[in-house]
Amino acid sequence: MTHVTEAAALGGKETSGKEISGKKPRSSRGLMADGRQRSPVSIIVMALLVVIWTLPTVGLLVTSLRSRDAQAQTGWWTALWNGGWTTENYRGVFDKTSIGDSLLNSVLVAIPATIIPIMFAAFAAYAFSFMDFKGKDILFILIVMVMVVPIQVAFQPMLNLLGPNGLGISGQYIGVWLLHTGFGMPLAIYTLRNYMSTLPRTVIESAKIDGATHFQTFWRLIVPMSVPALAAFAILQFLWVWNDLLIAKLFLTTDNSTVIVSLQGLLGAQGQGSEFLPAGAFISMLIPLIVFFTLQRYFVRGLTAGAVKG
Amino acid sequence: MAEVSTDTNARADAVDDGALAPGEPSPPEQPAPPGPDDSGVDPDRANMAKILLGLIGIVGILWGIGNLFLALAYHPEWFADSRVLIGVIALIAGVAGAYFLFFFINMFVEGLPGRVSRALMPYAFILPGLALISVMLIFPTIQTINYSFANADSTKYVGLENYRTIFGSADFREALFNNILWLLIVPAVTVFIGLMVAVLADKLSGNGEKVSKSFVFLPMAISFVGASAIWSLVYAYDPEGEPATGLLNAVWRFFGGAPQSWLQNYDFRLNSILLMVILIWLQVGFAMILLSSAIKGVPEDTLEAARIDGASNFQIFTKVVVPQIKGTLITVFVTTVILVLKVFDIVYVLTDGRDKTQVIANEFFGKLFRDSQAGQASAIVVVLLLAVTPILIYQARTFRREELSR
Repeated sequence: MTHVTEAAALGGKETSGKEISGKKPRSSRGLMADGRQRSPVSIIVMALLVVIWTLPTVGLLVTSLRSRDAQAQTGWWTALWNGGWTTENYRGVFDKTSIGDSLLNSVLVAIPATIIPIMFAAFAAYAFSFMDFKGKDILFILIVMVMVVPIQVAFQPMLNLLGPNGLGISGQYIGVWLLHTGFGMPLAIYTLRNYMSTLPRTVIESAKIDGATHFQTFWRLIVPMSVPALAAFAILQFLWVWNDLLIAKLFLTTDNSTVIVSLQGLLGAQGQGSEFLPAGAFISMLIPLIVFFTLQRYFVRGLTAGAVKG
Repeated sequence: MAEVSTDTNARADAVDDGALAPGEPSPPEQPAPPGPDDSGVDPDRANMAKILLGLIGIVGILWGIGNLFLALAYHPEWFADSRVLIGVIALIAGVAGAYFLFFFINMFVEGLPGRVSRALMPYAFILPGLALISVMLIFPTIQTINYSFANADSTKYVGLENYRTIFGSADFREALFNNILWLLIVPAVTVFIGLMVAVLADKLSGNGEKVSKSFVFLPMAISFVGASAIWSLVYAYDPEGEPATGLLNAVWRFFGGAPQSWLQNYDFRLNSILLMVILIWLQVGFAMILLSSAIKGVPEDTLEAARIDGASNFQIFTKVVVPQIKGTLITVFVTTVILVLKVFDIVYVLTDGRDKTQVIANEFFGKLFRDSQAGQASAIVVVLLLAVTPILIYQARTFRREELSR
């Protein structure tokens, strides 16, 4: 039911515009502001797809705002007339589950795990773009290949290496940062190098003639010029780290686990406290969604710059 | 930090970088870079001060950061037991540490005699990144292959025993079968819907396109676990007689069906397919964005030419547009294939492999952590690794070809 009405609403909004523009009644009827033919089929199908794509998330949001009984007894789409609205779940999430605490952990994991790989990768990408050295091609092909390797290969060896019999940093932030840095590195180098190799080489040459070292050229010229690519990768990596379950679950303890791990724990819990799940899920999505919407332009540019994550 | 500029090697580097301008004679008098003390120092001689300082810096940073993190972990009382304070210190130390590591590595290499310095500088730039890749990805790959020939706690080699065990186990074959099913369905459907959305959105008005794409793209920001939470509501089950709370059951009942426990229904692998829907829902946005930008990159005159030749819209699409975006289609397909091979979170969270929904990555997780069978678990990853090997080779070959045609 909702499908139909919302689709009609969206479609209606689209079509209402076409009456306005028009000189010749026949040919202008189906024209848009830029003079292209309006396509009713596209409008209807897209509206339908948008509704299908959005409805599950809307369902989560509405459910998160309903009381335990309402959640269990009626569908969320009946909330308009059945009621049962409450914000109690959001208070409950912070008071009675570990989601609130783990939000901070997620921030503390995600920010360094985003910045550190970028720094490491940017230096490497600079070398691959602007310096000539032996083995350059082989090393880069190695990086391209490693992008595809499943991270599962790393679990047992890394648990041994970082664990109590190794470096003893399993369960701490730094272990997870290093892992995310390592796993994100091939893609980071690849994307940044692809971008940097499009920068004009003459700028770098003239910087050299002016007496700049590579280190200075990097910080003063290449980093500022690469901001779009750096931002794009930063968003990608941030989303990836924030949304990661496996690494956080295996390499952090219950004291400092991330919000996604907490949410997964909540998903497993039946009965008591299950009414907090939708609210918890929504809270866990909030920061990535904000990041995503404010920086969408960069994100899209980064993806189209040839980002393929292994 | 940029004060390093007032350095002789800077000038040496600038004047005759052998790699970039081999035959160029060094200009006799460059305008001296700012700095009082750089006259009279031979650029081809080692600068001991820099070497020493750089070396001390590198060691100091590594030692300092290492100890700081040990202190953070084992003596939280030194930091007032405040997680926020510990976190902020860790954050600053981590980021600043990475910066100064590069700073001192650079200083060390700059201090070396000119020729050596120039030869080593590229390696200094790639070393930290490459070292991390080696430790986090290359070493573990070799080690995992190694473990796959050893027993449950990696203390003794057992030959091919693990492989015999996993291929003999019905669970693993089940997982293998399901993964193949995922591989056959998810990438194709994702590319198809992504292409459809990209084409249709292109026909909308500017704003309509932007808004509709945003909505389809939005799930890209959502975690697998979050998506599982969202879809567990859609698939929720209520017995006959109670009102439906799951959207799918509501629709199903509206058309006269009996309430279904969707994720337990493995007729025609329905439950696996419903799990696939979640991944498709997450991934279509990615496909759409790439394909959309590829379609917009198709030169208008090729479309115009086809139109003049009297091609229909469908012919234009299949014969003109598709061949020109083939590269992007393959990229999207391959990316989704890689994702599907490793699919884990959704299955782990929603069914944990029950009711014939097992997949390789979840089977691996169970073997490693529930059954403590490191050997078999490693063998499973090696199978996964073999499955991605063709893609790996393909990536390398495509890259080579692209570089050659540059």
